[in-house]
Amino acid sequence: MTPSPTQTEERTAPPAGPGAAGPAADSAADSAAAEGTPPEESTATQPAEEQEPVQDAVFDLQDVSVRYGSFIAVGDITMKVPRHQVTAFIGPSGCGKSTLLRCLNRMNDLVPGASVTGELIYNGENVYAPDVDPAEVRRRIGMVFQKPNPFPKSIYENVAFGPRLNGFSGDLDGLVQQSLERVGLWSEVKDKLKESGHALSGGQQQRLCIARAIAVEPDVLLMDEPCSALDPIATLKIEDLIHQLKSTYSIVIVTHNMQQAARVSDRTAFFSVNIDDHQGMRTGRLVEYDRTTKIFNNPAQQRTEDYVTGRFG
Amino acid sequence: MSVITDQKPQDPPPGLRSRKRRRVADPAFRWFVTITGTSVFIILAAMVVRTTTEAWPIFQHQGFFGFLTGDRWVSGGSRSDDPADFTGVYGAWPFIYGTLVTALIAIVLALPLALCIAFYINQLAPRRLRKPLSYTVEMLAAVPSIVFGMWGLFWLVPNVLRPFFEWLESWAGGFFLFEGPVFGPGYLAAGIVLAIMILPIITAIVREVIAVNPMDQQNAAYALGATRFEVMRKVILPSSFSGIVGASMLGLGRAVGETIAVMMLIGSTKSWDSSLLQRGDSMAALIASLFKEATPEGVRGLMAIGVALFLFTMVINVAARLLVWRIGRVAGDAAV
Ligand SMILES: Nc1ncnc2c1ncn2[C@@H]1O[C@H](COP(=O)(O)OP(=O)(O)OP(=O)(O)O)[C@@H](O)[C@H]1O
Ligand SMILES: [Mg+2]
Repeated sequence: MTPSPTQTEERTAPPAGPGAAGPAADSAADSAAAEGTPPEESTATQPAEEQEPVQDAVFDLQDVSVRYGSFIAVGDITMKVPRHQVTAFIGPSGCGKSTLLRCLNRMNDLVPGASVTGELIYNGENVYAPDVDPAEVRRRIGMVFQKPNPFPKSIYENVAFGPRLNGFSGDLDGLVQQSLERVGLWSEVKDKLKESGHALSGGQQQRLCIARAIAVEPDVLLMDEPCSALDPIATLKIEDLIHQLKSTYSIVIVTHNMQQAARVSDRTAFFSVNIDDHQGMRTGRLVEYDRTTKIFNNPAQQRTEDYVTGRFG
Repeated sequence: MSVITDQKPQDPPPGLRSRKRRRVADPAFRWFVTITGTSVFIILAAMVVRTTTEAWPIFQHQGFFGFLTGDRWVSGGSRSDDPADFTGVYGAWPFIYGTLVTALIAIVLALPLALCIAFYINQLAPRRLRKPLSYTVEMLAAVPSIVFGMWGLFWLVPNVLRPFFEWLESWAGGFFLFEGPVFGPGYLAAGIVLAIMILPIITAIVREVIAVNPMDQQNAAYALGATRFEVMRKVILPSSFSGIVGASMLGLGRAVGETIAVMMLIGSTKSWDSSLLQRGDSMAALIASLFKEATPEGVRGLMAIGVALFLFTMVINVAARLLVWRIGRVAGDAAV
């Protein structure tokens, strides 16, 4: 289950190279900018600590809590999600990873009873400000779901759906081809663009969904366990794709696969469930958030170590 | 199976053989299902054959085409079944027109409204109102048509429709569909009340079809920046298309076959006029109003109308299937 340290280094190091402003610059400027982020205060028994502050944040969360009715699913999340990097959310089932992910692009608005408190700043704008249009938020912050969900339309129409929706008036054929090429699906489907998207294999469908998401040229891509329904080969293809995409997109990925988190992400946030003794409420908390190498090799928290080494569910 | 074959080595072990109880029950069940299943066809066929034979002399007397296009209806008094003895004239066009026009008015008014109501209940209404609203719609679908007919005739026509028709006539009376004089009862009055009658059933079905639309596809559209309206129009409506056509056909079928309410509201004249404000009759209403006093020859005439009505609904159904099939093929819809 646990990735060997060498493997982790190997897989995460190369992609960091070209994007020079990435983690390397991050760590260099680390000590100088240490006062940039205030120290986290948390009501959790073990405070979430961020050792290395994020310099160029696409999301800045301040005390974000998400409720379903009166049930607090995740509480007091304070973190910054870096731009043009991959951030992984890991943690046991039910700790609110999907919930937090969905609230980043206001997909939670569609869940009855869901409400968000705290500040969620995306590129300097509060995503939950009253005059913000959720549809516009979602256009900029795309999402890929756990289960591949192509429309019952042709492959072409699937990819063209978003651009059409947003009034794209350029070379649609070119855009479809380019999007399919980016996910490595073009050569596999170029002769059957008119066929139903449902006629593809699961892995192809998931890549089609990613192509559909990037065809609207979003800024951020949120992925909720995008590989959980796929075989190892399809999974590797999608991981390669994530590596390629991060030069242009900021990616947040939820995964239950430790190796995957170690392989694809630059930063990892570990969430866990705190049980409130008075009400027995199970609230998800951010336990530790740091460079992925740190989380997997030298975590600051005992709970993180237990989880990533597989000693705790 | 015999004991000898059972002991052949290549046979499956005896544990896999079906038990006696199943060997008996299975064929019995199969027979039962087959008989009940086929009896539906037998009943249907018997009805069609019987009606058509009764009506046959009328078609011979009038010619099938003449029957459909003739615009005079006079029942004759002959007791024989020889078309040569018939004394009546049987032209069904006024009633075909009445049925066609009232049903079309009904569906044209009801379908868009039903879509809006279903969409409202499913997507926009406050959550705690959704259940009560959809129950109300379903309850309305069960209101007997005579109630609609009475309400239409004694309240809606004098209070709402007549003034509206007068306004319509003064404004568009030159157009052949809205020529006066205004009576109140007539094609349009019947069509509007029919629309109200079929609205609940169409709404109820469309609402159900919309409700089972897969959430994950809607989420996919939302995640691409679609608004609720866009999700409705581009995701839910296309994949609910066949269900919506089905609902419309059910509504249309009800409108075409509706007898009592139409009889009360259409004005019951045997002449016909293209203007929607005029009085006329429909096929179903004509049968209901004439069969009691009909002579044997007249009954045959009504049977012929029945056959035409049946053909009419069959054509509608086939057309609906073709539509679903074609659109499904064009849209690359895997659901069809
Ligand atoms: N639509 C909802 N309505 C009410 N409660 C919900 C809803 N969705 C999730 N929850 C609750 O919120 C908590 C967090 O759920 P969430 O799906 O975010 O967990 P997760 O970390 O993604 O789990 P998993 O790893 O199993 O996907 C859970 O206790 C869950 O029961
Ligand atoms: Mg989840």
